[in-house]
Parts: sequence; structure tokens; C-alpha cells
Amino acid sequence: MVPATYYIALSVLLFVIGAIGFLIRRNLIVMFMSIELMLNAANLAFVAFARHQLSMDGQVIVFFVMTVAAAEVAVGLAILIALFRHRETLNADEVRMLRW
Amino acid sequence: MIDVSWTVLLPTLLATGTAFAVLLADLAITGPERDGLGWIGIVGLLATAVATANAWGTNATGFAGTVVLDDYAVYFGLLFCLATILTLLISIDYIGTISLKAGGEYYAITLFAAAGMFLMASSNDLIVFFLGLETMSIAAYVLAGIWRPDLRSSEAAMKYFLLGAFATGFLLFGIALLYGAFETTTLGDIAVGVGSSAGLQRTLALGGMALLLVGFGFKVAAVPFHAWAPDVYEGAPTAVTAFMAAGVKAAGFAVFVRIFMHTLAALSVDWSSVLAVLAVLTMTIGNLSALRQSNIKRMLAYSSVSHAGYLLVGMVAADAAGGAAVLYYLLAYVLMNTGAFAVVVAIGKRGEPNELLDDYDGVGLEHPALGLCMTVFMLSLAGIPAFAGFTGKFYLFSAAVQSGYAWLAVVGVLNSVVSMYYYGGVLMRMFMADPTKSVQGTAHRPYLTATLAVTAAGTVMLGILPSWAYELAADAFASLG
Repeated sequence: MVPATYYIALSVLLFVIGAIGFLIRRNLIVMFMSIELMLNAANLAFVAFARHQLSMDGQVIVFFVMTVAAAEVAVGLAILIALFRHRETLNADEVRMLRW
Repeated sequence: MIDVSWTVLLPTLLATGTAFAVLLADLAITGPERDGLGWIGIVGLLATAVATANAWGTNATGFAGTVVLDDYAVYFGLLFCLATILTLLISIDYIGTISLKAGGEYYAITLFAAAGMFLMASSNDLIVFFLGLETMSIAAYVLAGIWRPDLRSSEAAMKYFLLGAFATGFLLFGIALLYGAFETTTLGDIAVGVGSSAGLQRTLALGGMALLLVGFGFKVAAVPFHAWAPDVYEGAPTAVTAFMAAGVKAAGFAVFVRIFMHTLAALSVDWSSVLAVLAVLTMTIGNLSALRQSNIKRMLAYSSVSHAGYLLVGMVAADAAGGAAVLYYLLAYVLMNTGAFAVVVAIGKRGEPNELLDDYDGVGLEHPALGLCMTVFMLSLAGIPAFAGFTGKFYLFSAAVQSGYAWLAVVGVLNSVVSMYYYGGVLMRMFMADPTKSVQGTAHRPYLTATLAVTAAGTVMLGILPSWAYELAADAFASLG
């Protein structure tokens, strides 16, 4: 059996990749994907902890998080489409009518 | 079996029900009577306020202890009712002013956001808190971008959404680490576990706490996590900005204070010095940046950043006096800040937002009542005696001094002096400069007049008679146990 530490290490790695991706990538969709990666890293941590502790709480929490993430995607993509209709660009550096 | 007790969820349920009522009424009501949709929301929230106030002193818990309606939740519930009602009053006027092609959904989304806030205030579990936060935040992202023909509104929504979701990632990973450390997400159980934690468990707890701190830093716009605030506050429709600056920020602090000053109180040695640094940075950078703004919404955005800093001073104190001061200051802040944004709405008109400070030249001479209201709000925000902002800062800074953070109080007072310069600048323009253009003012705008009357009267009353509200705040904080 793979020890829980490995899963936690993987989830931390995914979280850091997501956070760095958000900070250095300039395409709004890719930044958005990086955030999803961070949320899924947290999901992995929840499941790993739940399995390690032999409790179901963490597994159930993941369903809540997935539901919330789905709602967030729906609103987020709608906002990006509304913006794209104005600007015809998805580059964060070109969206600077308000100073960043 | 889980104890299903709907009464502890009453504020959330009432707000959600009102939102659905607005959506249904939206199908039936068309044409000029659409103001009625806002009224449904206001009446629903007044009912929510009465029901919430009734729960004072009961300290009920339900759903296996994950949701509570203690005095703390009641206090914040009433505060959110106030903030949302004031927002709705401004919105009814504002939607007409800018001819916003949104009626029912605007009010409904505002009410959904309010429902999320009530859930946050009542949360006694990290997952319930997460659900409340997201209910509020997702609604707020939509509100920021609801003025679709306006390019700035879309841009503000995008920035708010991306940074807000980024912060959510930090919060969620922090929750995951706390769950890993204590095998539970219930705040009470975590509080017990934190006290006796050691070794790996303590490392996980500290890591989770640090990530939560980053997440909350984003949500309440504390430096260095504040970069989104000026852009979003400037770009969002003004009525929505008022809501974000008052209600959403207060909701962030409601959970921030509950988790840090109660659940993680045993780790206060670890977080109070970090918060002290954040408080100094937030106050100083917020105020210095506000000095050189030419747009009033942007100036008020930086001002709201600096006020988050003052609130952090109260949290650094990490005792009952500090907690009560934070709760009291949030009430004062909601009143004076919403009032200031109501003045911004009053000075704008169709096709002419008049958001530059230049547009304020001589307005106070042309519209004395409006000028008087703005004087009250600006002096209160600056912390001049006889107004709510002064008593609030007095409680915050004296709590810091009593806890041995006198230097922090000194930094806070110096910052208030700096802030006097830009708040006073607005008043100088309004009363000493010659008018360059005519603005609409509050004539024939009953909703705006009502908002200004309530906020100005509240600001003055809290400044003169602060003790009853402070005692409520102290009782509310004491109910955390």
C-alpha cells in the first residue's frame, strides 16, 4: 500500500504548480485551469487524509468541493465570455483598462 | 442521526426564500413598477432581521454542531441585514440612474450573496464556512460584472473572479491541512485539538493556519493581498462596490475573527505577530496609495484597504476587548462607508458617472444637504471625534495598548492623521472650489435620501452614544466562549 505521505506530497506539489501557474501564465483560461488544479490538489489531500484516518468525512467533503467548483466554473466562464466579447483577447496583460 | 434544526438556519433560509420570491415576482412585474422587486427584498430582509434578533441569547446549535446561531452569529446577521438593505436602497435608485438592463436577477443575486453571508456567520464548521463563502463570493462575482455593456464592469468581474478563486484555493488547502491534523472540520473540536497539538500535528496545523491567513488576506483585501481591490472597486457598478466594501468585507471578518480569535486562539503566539506586520503594511500602504488617487471610487477602495488594517489591529490584541472592538468597528464601518458610496451615486447621473475628484468641485455649495452628509462620512472615516469612526478606532487602539501593542496603536493613529489629508481633500473640493458642472444631487431620489439619512444618523449616533452598541458587540464576542 502506498503510504499517505506520498499522496500528501503529490497534492502539495500539484498545489504549488497551480499557484505558480496562476502567477506566471498570462492566458486567462490557463490561469483559471491553474486554480482548478489547486482545488483538485486540496481534494486529493482530503481523500488521502480520510483514507489514512479511516474516516469518511474527507471523502464527503470532496463532493462538496466538486459541486462548488462546478458552480464557480459556470460563473467564471460566463464572465470570461462577457469580457471576450468586449476585448477579443484572453491575455491578462491586455486587459488593463483599470490599472492592474 | 443528525439533528436537523431549521431554526439555526433561519436567516439563511429567509434570505434564500426572499431571493426566490423576487425571481418569481420578476416574471409577473414588468415596466416601471420594477422598484417593487427591490421592496420585496427589503421587506424580506427586515423579516430576517426580526427573526435573527429574536434568536439573541438562545445560542442554539444544530446539524451535529456544524451550524450555530449564537449571539456572535446574531450580531453579524443583523449587520449583514443592515448592509444588504442599504445596498438594495441604493440599488433601486442606481439601476434607474444608469438604466441597467437587469431587474429581478440583480436583487435576487444580492439576496443570494446575503444568504451566503448569514451561513458564514453561523458556520461552526470549516466546510459550512466554505459553502457560505462560495455562495457569497460567486454571487458577488456576478454582481461585479452585471453591467455588461460597460467594459470596466466586465474587467472588474474577471479580476474579482480570478483573484477570489485563487484565494479560495488557499483557503481550501488550509482546510484540508487542518482536517488532516485533527481528523475533524468542526471548529469546537479543532479548538480542543489545537491546545494539545505537538509534533507533526502542530506542523500541519500551522501550515493550515498560514494558508487560511493568505486566503482571508485576499478576501478582506489586506496588504500584500490587496492588488485586486482598487481595480474591482473602481470597475464594478457603484451600488455593488458599496456592497463589496461593506457587506462582503464584514462577512470575511466574521469568519476570520471566529476562526483565528476563537478556534486557533491557542496558536495566537504564532499568528499575532504576523497579523501585526500585516496590519502595519495594510494601514500604511492603503493610506499612502489613497493620497494620490484622482478617482473617488479608487480612493475609497484604498481607504477600505486601510480600514482592514485598523481592524487587524484589534485582532492582534487577541483578547475580548480586541474582538469586541473589531465587531463594533465593522458596524461603524458599514454605516459610514455605505453612506460615502451613496454620496458617490448621488453625484453621478445617466451617462456621466462623475467619479473623478474634479467632479466634486463646489458640490457642497450647490447641494448643502449632500455636502453635509459627505462631511459626516469623511470625518468619520478619518476618525474625528463625535463620529462613529472615532469611537471605533478608540476601542481598537485601546485594546491594542492593553495587550502590549502600544507601538501598533501609535502607527494606527499616525495613519489616521495621513488619512485626514485625502478625506479632508474631498471636503475642501466640495466646499471651497467653484462648481464646474451641475450634478443631480438627491432631489427627487427618495431611496437615496433615505439611505443617506439612515447612514448619516447612524454614524453620528454611534459617535455620541457608542456604549450600547459596544456592549452588544462585547456580548456577541463573549458568546464564542
